[in-house]
Amino acid sequence: MSSDAIGSATKARNSFAHVEAAGWGQGLSTLLRITRMNLRHPWQVTFAIGSTIIAATLQLTIPQLLGRAVDQTQTAIGGGAEGAAAESALLISALLLLTVSILRGLFTMTQNYYAEAVGHHIGYELRLACYEKIQRLSFSFHDRVHSGDLITIGMLDLEGVRMYFSTALVRVVLLTMLIGIGAYLLISTDPVLGLLALSFVPFVGWRSSVTRLKLRATWLELQERLSVLTRVMEENLGGIRVVRAFAAQAHEMMKFDRASKSALELAHERVGIRVRNTSAMTFSFFLAMGLVLLVGGNKVVAGEISVGTLATFLTFMTILQMPVRQLGMMVNAFARASTCGSRLFGLLDLDIAVKDAPDAKPLDITDGTLRFNNVSFAYPGAQDRQVLKNVSFEARKGETVGIVGPPGSGKSTIAHLIPRFYDVTGGAITLDGQDIRKATLASLRQSVAVVQQDAFLFTTTIENNIAYGDPWAKERRIARASEFAQLHNYVLGLPAGYGTVVGERGVSLSGGQRQRLTIARTMMLKPSVIVFDDSTAAIDAATESRIRTAMRRFAKDRVTIVIAHRLSSLMHADQILFVEGGEIVERGTHEELLAKGGRYRALYDLQVRPGEEMLDEAGGGG
Amino acid sequence: MAPDGAGEIEVERNEVRDGGRRPPRAVVGSHRIEEEMFGRVFDKNIVKRIWAFVRPYRARVIISVAAVLIFTATQLVIPLIIRYAIDNGMAPGEIDHPALLYSVAAFALAILINYAASYIQETVVGQMAENVLFDIRRAMFGHLQKVSLSFMDKTEVGRLMSRLQGDVNSMQEFLETSVLSVGDIVLLFGIVFVMLWLDFRLGLLTLSVMPILFIVRIFWLPRAREAFMAAHETNSVANGALAEAIHGVRAVQSMDRQQVNFTLYDDKAAANLKTHLTAAKYAQVMVPIVDSLTGLAMAFVIVVGGSMVLNGGLDVGIMVAFLFYIQRFFDPIRSLTLQYSVMQRAMASGKRLTDVLDVRIDVKDKPGAKVLSPDMDGSVEFKDVTFGYDPKQPVLKDVSFRVNPGETVALVGPTGSGKSSAMALVHRFYDVQKGEVLVGGHDVRDLTQESLGRQVAMVLQEPFLFTGTVFENIRYHKADATRDQVIEAARAVGAHDFIMSLDGGYDAILGERGGNLSLGQRQLISFARALVADAKILVLDEATANIDSYTEMLIQKALIRLLQGRTGLVIAHRLATIRGADRIIVLQNGQVIETGNHDQLMAKGGLYSKLYNLNYASFDDIPEAELEASAQSGSQT
Repeated sequence: MSSDAIGSATKARNSFAHVEAAGWGQGLSTLLRITRMNLRHPWQVTFAIGSTIIAATLQLTIPQLLGRAVDQTQTAIGGGAEGAAAESALLISALLLLTVSILRGLFTMTQNYYAEAVGHHIGYELRLACYEKIQRLSFSFHDRVHSGDLITIGMLDLEGVRMYFSTALVRVVLLTMLIGIGAYLLISTDPVLGLLALSFVPFVGWRSSVTRLKLRATWLELQERLSVLTRVMEENLGGIRVVRAFAAQAHEMMKFDRASKSALELAHERVGIRVRNTSAMTFSFFLAMGLVLLVGGNKVVAGEISVGTLATFLTFMTILQMPVRQLGMMVNAFARASTCGSRLFGLLDLDIAVKDAPDAKPLDITDGTLRFNNVSFAYPGAQDRQVLKNVSFEARKGETVGIVGPPGSGKSTIAHLIPRFYDVTGGAITLDGQDIRKATLASLRQSVAVVQQDAFLFTTTIENNIAYGDPWAKERRIARASEFAQLHNYVLGLPAGYGTVVGERGVSLSGGQRQRLTIARTMMLKPSVIVFDDSTAAIDAATESRIRTAMRRFAKDRVTIVIAHRLSSLMHADQILFVEGGEIVERGTHEELLAKGGRYRALYDLQVRPGEEMLDEAGGGG
Repeated sequence: MAPDGAGEIEVERNEVRDGGRRPPRAVVGSHRIEEEMFGRVFDKNIVKRIWAFVRPYRARVIISVAAVLIFTATQLVIPLIIRYAIDNGMAPGEIDHPALLYSVAAFALAILINYAASYIQETVVGQMAENVLFDIRRAMFGHLQKVSLSFMDKTEVGRLMSRLQGDVNSMQEFLETSVLSVGDIVLLFGIVFVMLWLDFRLGLLTLSVMPILFIVRIFWLPRAREAFMAAHETNSVANGALAEAIHGVRAVQSMDRQQVNFTLYDDKAAANLKTHLTAAKYAQVMVPIVDSLTGLAMAFVIVVGGSMVLNGGLDVGIMVAFLFYIQRFFDPIRSLTLQYSVMQRAMASGKRLTDVLDVRIDVKDKPGAKVLSPDMDGSVEFKDVTFGYDPKQPVLKDVSFRVNPGETVALVGPTGSGKSSAMALVHRFYDVQKGEVLVGGHDVRDLTQESLGRQVAMVLQEPFLFTGTVFENIRYHKADATRDQVIEAARAVGAHDFIMSLDGGYDAILGERGGNLSLGQRQLISFARALVADAKILVLDEATANIDSYTEMLIQKALIRLLQGRTGLVIAHRLATIRGADRIIVLQNGQVIETGNHDQLMAKGGLYSKLYNLNYASFDDIPEAELEASAQSGSQT
């Protein structure tokens, strides 16, 4: 429908979007399923199909009426009383024709309108279903599937399914009526002439179907090539400083030309395919018309048929020309609906990995004690790689647990397990003794908040972003959370204050500001457990320490977990866990761990006085 | 099985909109209004600019217009041939009827010409429009490679991309339809002319219905267009909300916003449904009008023409020809009104395209610019340089310093002190307002940008990688670098091990902007890239973001290796890097305030020693308040 949506949506079509050519059986069941969905709007479907049948019937009478009128002018040449009768006969024909034309117009209008209406209603239902599904599918799904593919499904594939009724089903009825009844009428009038008049139908129908399918295949290929071109341009413009820094303009132009040329060649090829087809179709149509003229003309001369009958044949051909050309579009619509539908339903039918257990109850938080009991975890799809092994620890209300360790040690995974972004594969996580898998997701996520590493900002005002988890919050609370995260003064300095639009299409915030906004957002949730997942890395040390001070009061009645690689962020914790290879290898307070002289100590030394030995190396080497 | 789940929807809606509560402070998707879709119908300047792109293909334009005319003529002539056949070749009872054979022969000839003309016209127009589209895009892309970085700094990539795609596409549509419009106009006038020529009175009577359609369309068009635009807009709003749900799904789930969002999205989807139904009404209401007018015109021909035939005043063939023409008659009017919108859209797009093409190129090679020889000494010197992105607000004021060949100099200073600008000037990203920047003893403005780029390698703070293999990324600057050279460079910066651990090693494909690597890893690859470039001078902006201590160590080692044997100008944030430099230049408010090595500066007791004594691991960690305090005391000394 809208070209910009298509443009952005075709950017990435890979693995998930490319359903392997579905078998006939599956394609058919997809089409049946779409048809069933259509039938859930019985009145509109009835109106659309009924109008189609009536409109086609009326359409078919037009050539007859014209032929009749032509004959009426022929029978009575000579004038007189016969002439007057003939004139009134003509008048009747004319009025009939006018009535039929008006009625045909009205029924075509209702046909098209209801056909579209059915499609739009289905589109509405599918949009909602798609949106809800995407919102509910677990992290493991979103990790695996490229966002571009989901956009493709939610925009392009949905269109394909939506258009099925008007472009495939209704057109089948229309074409069957026109060609079937038309053929019957013509052949019963004059078999030879009728066959000649219809001779172009199979050829045009076949050509247009083959071409449409070929155009569709090349269209997908063209989108692929254009997406390469898009990527080249986008990366170039995004990385323009690198391009300039390496004086790589020529190289970039070459890359552009290569991508551009490959797309252009295919575009030319597609023009060729299209043109060869339309010209051939027009030619075959006119050829049939020429034959009808020749044979029909001879028959008129021989007195076998009247001029009016010949005119009927010729008019009928003109009427049939357009719908027959559209046969290809119809075949294409079936093909499109079948592939788009199987992708769309593939998404809608997916099982949600993390969901409420059948007997799930809302969490009942009293003490707010978080406990990891021998927790093990492996990501779905990589079951043989244990990311966490037998992790156990406990944190009570008011306590802070610090988690530190080398990259890839499993620190962030711990953060993701508490709100059940993923489910543990061994052991259990409990909140006040309740296994979190037995609690409702909604209650769990209201009690557990994670301040994420890379914050996603919604394109809306700062105020709305902060209040994202509690959209009914009062302004005063928003401002307080913002003060808390050391963001308030910055926001007041913006031209529109809390009304400033941020996000992808708004004012861009620095990494540190984004993280502070995320912290404010999380404060709004009033969670019992709050997890900072390396979420202060981009905030300077001084601001961070101010946030920490503010945190103290907030942390009093909840569990705080701080995951960080900057030790100053977690030195003050009541308990520090050093994680390596998915296991807790050291635990204790800062002082205890320093005294122990293990890995934590080594990391501390590395950070506090950055590599003196390395500087010596530098002095010697450079 | 049923994907709509209507029951569920109802429940949620009631939960969110519980009576009395004020509406939530929440939206899904953004509400930004898109750029103007329609411009003036005709803008001479823009047409002129577009013509410049069509000019190279003017021979093809002439051919295609000629083909369109011939094609239209054959379409006009076919009913005439039928008319001739009926009137002269089909008198019943005639034994010899050459006229019928002649007509059929003429018909055959006409359709052959029609075939050829349509083939030529569509091929030539179609391919030409594609060519022009790609040419315009290439011109814009090429221009963007040269425009000053200050333009690129100000302009969002997304905005430029929509120019390079959407706007260019609507130009293509415009080109295709404008040739076809020629055909439509000719066809319209042709039909009018032929009808009047065949029979003036009957022609006039038939044509009298035409103005009705015009008038109806004049009233219909603005309303219909509004409805279509509304449909288009609600569609992109709904799609935008969906895209947001996809990209922000983790945030949505962690804040448990699914129910609120679903209700809000339902409103958008419902609005989209409503506008589309309205648009469908507007689109379809024309169908019965056109059909009725066609019927009316045919009825005129039958009553008036028929009685003329009865009275012998008209040949029956002419009546048949009229009936044929009437069926074709509204097509050109319909497509012409559609093309009106295409034109308007094209003018708005054309305006935006020319805006990009007209961005001034500030920094360009001067005529006779010299090539910087690889044998130059590798020194960098700033002589009284004054520079500002806005000339009224200089970022650098009379800055002078020299970096000797092979020396490593650290540029240090608080945010906004002008470090990054100084670095950009070495590469001539911008031109200075006063003074000069010398590389290898030459003013950078006297050198070709290409050769300057070959001798000055840059490592940016945010390591930008391109989609492609690791191998291609490392040899980005030097497309002829061998695999061994690449591996050697990767080893030297300590990137080899993690590259080998990637799936595919050096041939592993990096995702968009190297997304599948950590920041530290990307940094190391960008170091290897600079090493392969093997330039005499290295300009490096150290990353400020916190990298885990392990990778940090690797990076520090790589940096030392990278600077070996070349002149280095480093914007340093980390104390380790700063202390490793041969010399330190302290910048503040665009001026050099201190120079010397670490020990000299410490002894001096100025800003540097104050900053250092605050004992932060990185200068960027120093809180603003303390920075201000030291800066003031520093400037007093």
